Amino acid sequence: MTIPKPAPKEGEVHPSGDDRYLSIDRTMKRFNYEKDSLLEVLNAAQEVFGYLSGDLLIYISNQLNVPMSQVYGVATFYHMFTFEPQGEHNCIICKGTACHVKGADRLIQALSEEFNVDAGETTPDGLFSLTIARCLGSCGLAPVIVLDGQVYGKETPEAVHTRVIEAVSRSKEELAHTMEVG
Amino acid sequence: MNFDTLEDIGHKERSRQSKYQRRIFCCTSTACLSAGAGQVHTSLDQAVAACKCDKHEAEVVKTGCMGLCSEGPLVRVEEKESDPILYGNVSPDLTQNIVSRHVPMGGIEGETDNEEQDHSVTPHDIPYNRASLRQAQAKTELDKFIIPLNLPFFTKQVKVVLSETGRINPDKLEDYLAHGGYRALAHVLEEMTPEDVCNEILESGLRGRGGAGFPTGLKWNFVRQESADNKFVIVNGDEGDPGAYMDRTVMEDDPHRVLEGMIICAYAVGASYGYLYIRGEYPMAIDRIRKAIRAATRRKILGNSVLGTNFRFKADVRIGAGAFVCGEETALIHSVEGKRGMPRIRPPYPSTSGLWKAPTVINNVETMANVPSIINRGANWYASIGTEKSKGTKVFALAGHLRNTGLIEVPMGITLREIVYDIGGGIPDGRAFKAAQTGGPSGGCIPEEYLDTPVDYESLTKLGSIMGSGGLVIIDDSTNMPDFANFFMDFCVDESCGKCIPCRVGTVQIRKLLEKLIAGQADTEDLEKLDELCQLVKTTSLCGLGQSAPNPVFSTLKYFRNEYDTLVQPSQAVEAGGS
Repeated sequence: MTIPKPAPKEGEVHPSGDDRYLSIDRTMKRFNYEKDSLLEVLNAAQEVFGYLSGDLLIYISNQLNVPMSQVYGVATFYHMFTFEPQGEHNCIICKGTACHVKGADRLIQALSEEFNVDAGETTPDGLFSLTIARCLGSCGLAPVIVLDGQVYGKETPEAVHTRVIEAVSRSKEELAHTMEVG
Repeated sequence: MNFDTLEDIGHKERSRQSKYQRRIFCCTSTACLSAGAGQVHTSLDQAVAACKCDKHEAEVVKTGCMGLCSEGPLVRVEEKESDPILYGNVSPDLTQNIVSRHVPMGGIEGETDNEEQDHSVTPHDIPYNRASLRQAQAKTELDKFIIPLNLPFFTKQVKVVLSETGRINPDKLEDYLAHGGYRALAHVLEEMTPEDVCNEILESGLRGRGGAGFPTGLKWNFVRQESADNKFVIVNGDEGDPGAYMDRTVMEDDPHRVLEGMIICAYAVGASYGYLYIRGEYPMAIDRIRKAIRAATRRKILGNSVLGTNFRFKADVRIGAGAFVCGEETALIHSVEGKRGMPRIRPPYPSTSGLWKAPTVINNVETMANVPSIINRGANWYASIGTEKSKGTKVFALAGHLRNTGLIEVPMGITLREIVYDIGGGIPDGRAFKAAQTGGPSGGCIPEEYLDTPVDYESLTKLGSIMGSGGLVIIDDSTNMPDFANFFMDFCVDESCGKCIPCRVGTVQIRKLLEKLIAGQADTEDLEKLDELCQLVKTTSLCGLGQSAPNPVFSTLKYFRNEYDTLVQPSQAVEAGGS
């Protein structure tokens, strides 16, 4: 199915019913729907949706008139694109050289044991994702983690453990609360 | 708009700044932010406002990196007619004391130095090197947070690229202009021909700061001599080395400097369009560079008529999506074109056939950031810094097992010993120095006996390492070298783009051998195989990633052979000979 190429306007509803597509359309329009803009469009899509679903890739492929194989090829080449939704809480552990020599592995171990997930995985309840970064560039504060967008430096396995447990159990409580109310 | 108007803006900003009795600079670069600088800045602002003093008594300025990241958040107070004072490990609670000490009252209780911040001054908070240094002299609790500016960490550095970071507000073009910004560009446009510019850069001896060290002036000249309708300038801000964050800091904290260097380069080679390719992991750098481009466009520093001349140049940002190999120039070009970032065989070099087959200059962020200073102060001045073949300064991200870690800029030719023991303050926790790792996964480990080697391109290459982009990780004797080599190999396996077989398959096999070795299951034959395989990958890979991937193994094998030998099971070599 080919979706027509409308010039998106503010306040307009996207034909797909999902307004997040409007912002992707806007990015494509900024680049005149040029094929070269594929990476920029994928970046925008990842930012808006949080991950790249199959449908999304097909949509981009159609709109830019780039073969799906190429869209998929580019998307899978770069590390920053993910193809599954991320957990509600995301803990990025830096595994750069400085963090490595200061014991980043112990931080990873602490979390993966607690939540029974490997690096790059999300817990089945969708509450927590464990991500590894190659270097966050805060080497002076090694080892560094980013929990839900907030950077913490000079971390210990215990501190990380407590932080993540706190964040996740908060969500669990909220979830239980809404279920009770509902 | 011509340059005189810019000069006026700069002059106005300078006189505005000079009206303030004191300016309080708060570092808000990524490292300090993660240590809580955001709150520190807010509470400084509030504390100053609460003083209800004359408007011109104090101004709080958000700046970029001040260098000593391990002691962040950092706050520097510059008062008229007195030496600047630097505070480290500043918590929001401490800001009140800092403001009370320096800013005269209009409201809250005065000269408080003694009291209530016990909660902020726990022994844990005071880094012991400073504590031991200052404890004796500290008259008040607040004094313990002062970092003396005569520490070798500061005095041994020579700042060219980082001369304004930590002193200006990166979001304000006016601040950059007040510090002489875009003067070099105006001079180039008014007084110099493109050929002059290329020659000036060539004479300065500036070499590519991305790691390979190709003479920048030569590269520019190649592109200048090409006759083509379209030429491009690309600034490589895809800083992929783990343990390196020089380029990010320059882009975040002095974005206009990078832009100015880029425009001068474009003028010198005859390009009218340029891209800044920035790692997606650096959202703040992307944001600041974009802001800088917008501000420069508004002031006609970018656009169809740069500073009122008929030279035209536009710049745009491209965001990388996390692929280490995109630091390689041909891979980077593919990525800017929206393709998979895979390298291709050179020649043709990008200087003849680059972005969309047009002649293209690709320079690292730090290289570009050197350019305005070279033009302003002359090639001779720049060439006077450094060694015979490596001129100028180099920015390093100093990290690992050191007392002082952070961002430093040192003259080429400084010894590693000076960096480790004077600037870095030595190894903490009573441990011993083991190795200095330069160049990230493409570099090697330098052992103690070579600590007196001067830091320049040739010397480091001779030792089996590389200058690299500027990651410098110091490791102490708690680190196991085969394991450390395996860490880098793991990185290369992950980042190999898969185009050529030696790199794609070779790195995996090297890692297998290393893992076998670490598990204690390898024999002497495996060790030989490891060496042989590393040679193979080094000599037959397509691009720099594969060619340099074995460097960490080579250098650790060379200097820390005993650690490998102890892991080997000698008897198995004979028994398993046939298999």
